[in-house]
Amino acid sequence: MAERPEDLNLPNAVITRIIKEALPDGVNISKEARSAISRAASVFVLYATSCANNFAMKGKRKTLNASDVLSAMEEMEFQRFITPLKEALEAYRREQKGKKEASEQKKKDKDKKTDSEEQDKSRDEDNDEDEERLEEEEQNEDEEVDN
Amino acid sequence: MADVVVGRDKCGEQRLVSLPLSRIRVIMKSSPEVSSINQEALVLTAKATELFVQYLATYSYRHGSGKEKKALTYNDLSNTAEESETFQFLADILPKKILASKYLKMLKEKREDEEENDDNDESDDEAES
Repeated sequence: MAERPEDLNLPNAVITRIIKEALPDGVNISKEARSAISRAASVFVLYATSCANNFAMKGKRKTLNASDVLSAMEEMEFQRFITPLKEALEAYRREQKGKKEASEQKKKDKDKKTDSEEQDKSRDEDNDEDEERLEEEEQNEDEEVDN
Repeated sequence: MADVVVGRDKCGEQRLVSLPLSRIRVIMKSSPEVSSINQEALVLTAKATELFVQYLATYSYRHGSGKEKKALTYNDLSNTAEESETFQFLADILPKKILASKYLKMLKEKREDEEENDDNDESDDEAES
């Protein structure tokens, strides 16, 4: 939670890097201009949140979601952000999906490694599943006893 | 489980958002009417803020005075807030700077104007000549 007013500031180093990347090389950005942009960014977040919240309330939802933020951008006349934001959302969803699959794959690989040394390859998967189930049951029992 | 947040990848690869999501969340939550925010809304708001910083900087630079000097100044930003409708909401936090001496002069002129009006009310000779 925001306990001190500086908790509402964004990190100067990151803001400066974003500005520098946006402007042509060699442009000098005064210290005052940097802190002004940083403040403006915080106000932008609040403004966007408030707009998005209005859309959530209209939809009788308590949680802000991606479409509320996109609607807010339109309302704030930042339509130019909508296409890049949608692309970012797609990328984010792909990344989340990828991570989920990767962790599942990792788990599978690990199980296979321990088994394949001694077991028939064709029956690997069935055994894997059975063993997993057994392990889970055992763990559950343990937990129950502990509690 | 989404325990690894996008903005915090340890390897130096291209990240989706460079602003810290935790900080963006704190700012969003500081608005009293907001109860909860889902992760996608948070990522989008962080990304939008980045786009906003880029846009505000490039817009102010292009419309600003420092192009020949290759500089972006506070005045360029406050001009943007004053002149562009989209950036109007920033006018309160990016006020026009004015020299103290100029401000005092303005105050004095205002006072003189008022006094002059008072004078005119009393004796109309100058006003009607």
